[in-house]
This record gives sequence, C-alpha cells and structure tokens, in this order.
Amino acid sequence: MVLGINDPWVWGAYIGSILAMLLCVVYGIINWNKGGEDEEGEIKEEMNWHKKEKEMEKKELGIWDEEG
Amino acid sequence: MANNLLDLTIIVLIYLALIIYVGYVAWRRTKSADDYMVAGRATHPFIMALSYGATFISTAAIVGFGGVAGVYGMGLLWLTFLNILVGIFIAFVFFGKRTRKIGHNLKALTFPELLSRRFNSKFIQYFSGAVIFLGMPLYASVVLIGMARFVETTLSINYNIALVALAIIVSVYVIFGGIRGVMYTDALQGTIMFIGMIILLGATYWILGGVTGGNQALTNLIHVVPAQSTAVAAATGFTGWTSMPSLGSPFWWTLVSTLILGVGIGVLSQPQLAVRFMTVKSNRELNRAVLIGGIFIFMMTGTAFIVGALSNVYFFNTIGKIAIQVVGGNADNIIPAFISAAMPVWFAYLFMITLLSAAMSTLSAQFHVQGTSLGHDIYETVSGKKGRASVLMARLGIVVAVIIAVILGFTLPPNIIAVGTAMWFSLAAAAFLSMYAFALFWKRSTKAGVISGLVIGTVVSVFWIVFEFTTSAEALGISKALTGKSVLITTAPWPTVDSIVIALPIAFVITIVVSLLTKPPSKEHIEKCFSGVK
Repeated sequence: MVLGINDPWVWGAYIGSILAMLLCVVYGIINWNKGGEDEEGEIKEEMNWHKKEKEMEKKELGIWDEEG
Repeated sequence: MANNLLDLTIIVLIYLALIIYVGYVAWRRTKSADDYMVAGRATHPFIMALSYGATFISTAAIVGFGGVAGVYGMGLLWLTFLNILVGIFIAFVFFGKRTRKIGHNLKALTFPELLSRRFNSKFIQYFSGAVIFLGMPLYASVVLIGMARFVETTLSINYNIALVALAIIVSVYVIFGGIRGVMYTDALQGTIMFIGMIILLGATYWILGGVTGGNQALTNLIHVVPAQSTAVAAATGFTGWTSMPSLGSPFWWTLVSTLILGVGIGVLSQPQLAVRFMTVKSNRELNRAVLIGGIFIFMMTGTAFIVGALSNVYFFNTIGKIAIQVVGGNADNIIPAFISAAMPVWFAYLFMITLLSAAMSTLSAQFHVQGTSLGHDIYETVSGKKGRASVLMARLGIVVAVIIAVILGFTLPPNIIAVGTAMWFSLAAAAFLSMYAFALFWKRSTKAGVISGLVIGTVVSVFWIVFEFTTSAEALGISKALTGKSVLITTAPWPTVDSIVIALPIAFVITIVVSLLTKPPSKEHIEKCFSGVK
C-alpha cells in the first residue's frame, strides 16, 4: 500500500504524475539558459514572424491590438 | 445572503480590475515591436507557459474530468501523467522546438498553414481548416457547459440563463481584448487558476485527514457503501475508486481509451496549442516553460482528479451518499456540488473566478482558431482573395462558432463535458497527429502520404464516432436512422473502444506506406523547411 492506495496501477499513476512533474522541473533547471545562444538571429526571425502575424490579424480579422 | 452578495461583488470587482490593469500594463509596455521583444524577454517563459497552460486546461478539464474522477476514481490520474509527460514535456521539448523553427522558416501563421506549406499542398490547409471549424464547436461548447454548471450550482441561477450570460461575457472578452489571447491576461488567468487549485487540494486533504488518511478512506469506501449504490457501475467493471476497473471491461475501455488516451495523446495535435510554439523567441523560452508548465498542469488536473475522487468520501461521511448520487447522475455537477457543500462561500466565489479564467483563456483561443480556419485557411485558400472579404469571413466564423457553442450547450445531454472533450481530441489526433509528427520528424514523408493519412484518419474517426462508439453514436442517432442499429458491431469491447485506438494507428500506417511508395520531396524544399533545425 502506498499513500493509502492498494492497487499499484493507481498509486503508480499518482507517483508517476509527481515524477513526471519533477522531470519537467529538473529539465527546466538544467536547460534554463540553454537554447538562447543565437539571440540576435532569433529575435530578428521572431520579429519577422510577429509582423506577418499582425498583418494577417489586421487584414483578416480587422483588429489591431497594439501589441506590435 | 446580502453578505454573500457583497463578497461576490467584491471578488468579481477585484478580478475585473486586475484583468483590466494587467491588460493596460501589457498594452503600455508593448507600443512597438521592438518594445515587445525587449520588454517581453524577462517575463516570457512564465507568460508563455502559463498562457499555454491556461489555454490547455479549461473548465472542461476541471469540472468535466474532475466529475469523471468522481465516478471512475483515481485511475484517471494516468491522464495527469500523460498531460505532463506528453502534453508538456514531449510537446515542448520535441514538438515545440521544431514547430517553432519550421513555422518560422515557412512563415506559417496557423496550424493548417504550417502543414500545408511543409507539404506544398493547399488541400491540406482547407481540409484541416474545415476539420477544425466543424469539429471544434463541440469542444468550445463543453467548456461553456462546464462553466454554466458551476454558476448554476453556486449562484442558484437557471442553467440556461447562466449559459447565455456566460456566452455574452466571453464574446465581449474575445472581441474586445482577448482575440489573440493577449498573453499577459492569459498568464494572469493562469495564476488565478493556480492559486484556486492549490487551496482546493490542500483544503480537501485537510478536511479528510491528510493525504494518506484521505486516500485510505477512499480505498475503504467501496467496502462501506451499500452494494446497490455502485451496482450499475460494478456490472460494467468498476472495482473501487482507488483501483483500476477490470481489465477489458466496458468501464476499463472508457477510462483508458477515451478519457486517458484520447486526451492524453490528442493534446499534441491541438491547433490552438501548436500555434503558440511559433510565438516564442528561442528554444530557451521553451526549456524554461517546461518547468513552469509541468508544475502548472500537475496542480490543475492532478487537483481536479484527486478532489473529484475524494468527494465520494466527503459526501458519504456527511450525507451517506456517493458523489454521483448526490448530483442525480450527472457527473458534470460533482465538482460544483462538492465545492458548494464542503468549502466556504468565499472560496466558491473565488473558484468561480478560477473557472471563468479557465473558460475565457481556452474559449478565446478556440474561437480565434475557428475564425482563422474559416477566413485564412478555408476562404482565402479556396478563393485566393485576401483583405476585406476574408476579414468578414473570419469574424463571421467567430460569430457562428459562438452561436453553435451556445446551441450545443442547450441541447447536449448530461455527462457530456469529458466525453465531448475527448471526442474532439480523438478526432484531432486521428486527422492531424500523423501528418504533424511526420512533418517535424520524417523528411522522407510525402505530400501524397500525409494527405492519405489526413483524409483516411478523419474518415475512420468520424465513421467510428457516428456508427460504432456507443456514447456518441447514440447521442447523434445517425446510425440508428440509417441502419436501424444504434451501433454496427455490438460485440464487446468494440462499442466502448474510442476512435483514437482505431483511427490513429491506421492514419500512421497509411501515411508511412503511401510515403514510401511515392516520390520523395525535393531536396531544396526539405532544406528550406529544416534550415536551422538541430
């Protein structure tokens, strides 16, 4: 019995959910600063995409939320 | 009552003031695109993760699936496990990074557009747009129902009035502020949801004597309740709230194939979620978002399912009935009834705000995706016209989506929230998942291959929903009208097997086989798509 639950298939899900959460936490901490190396290039690329998206919204939805 | 009304008014006013304030700050800080990029940097992973989480987790997950946990018990926690492992970890780390890069390389703005450009096929864009536009109203509608059921119970307002009032509130929000899911308000909604759920989980375990004590009481409950209370469920495989149903029983198939697999895996190909990966600046933001998202989803679905299951103990101890008896057989009402009965009034109001937050962030994304499906993916692709006409179509799409959602809210039967959500997730998985996964990970996949998978996956899934899966086939009544039988194959377990178990593998196999039989895509195109993908 674990945490008041007999069936290993159920306490397994309970513990498994906690472990999955911990996996996310550990992964996030280890990689906290990774993946942002090419910052300038990424920013340019993102700006391009963002501009396109805004154009689509303006053109097709007729909205303009001033976000960029 | 007068005091309660005062409490309610104060809580709602504080909530509205916060939303308006955050919306204003976001608006002030993001006057230009440059400001947006710079100012957004420090907060972005938090905003991204909470906004993704708030969009992913709706009232359907909390009220609908929480209620389902009241019936099926804690075995539903496998869905929490998959939500975190698949819906956050695999989605962000593997799908998210590539979606972002390839989406930017191809300048894709919507999910159907990403797939259509990746495979050079306009058909993919309008066919996918149509699947979204026609299928998603069911999902939007159950999100609304979840909210309306809670208001009905908490404020003792007529359900139909609650439904219409909420549809109006959400429409106003979608049209005047949240149409592109202004991420800051989404993140605020996420924060409110987080706080509400933490209090709920803590308070529930506290009332029931701690984690082990509460779970133990739930484990023992099956031996304590009169056998007749659970007779119907037991006949189909139910064995208790902390044990899995009998393997292969109808109860087991519904829990495992529909509720756990359908939603647990289907999340990967949800258009309104996939599009969010294209809005982040670098993989670093996705890495950080994994941490926040993992905790957030655990607190949301974990709390909902644990509390839903434990409500049986509370109700049995206080009024001698199990949860589903208390709500007259409609599992959609279990969470609202538990909160009204077990929690102080102020918390019920706070929780209502939590749910309103959850509903608004999900609905605004859903309605937006439906609007762009009709305007951008279908109308513009088919007619080749841009500009004013396509604006009109997108707006029309949103209006139609809201109206359909409300009509479904009036007509859908009880116990529908979780099943309705699962049906949409299954359909989206059958239609899009093989195409989406291969678009990101298999350069040899071909246009003919993925189109075959898309069409056949969709057709098989719809066929199964209409003619074979009992819950949906009976509700729709089309099979009965056409063939005289409510489902075509009555031999167990088929009527209780979810469409995802059938349609998804078929779609994958077809895509692979047809891809291998057709000419590989040009090298230049693949290089363009995958430029910069590590």
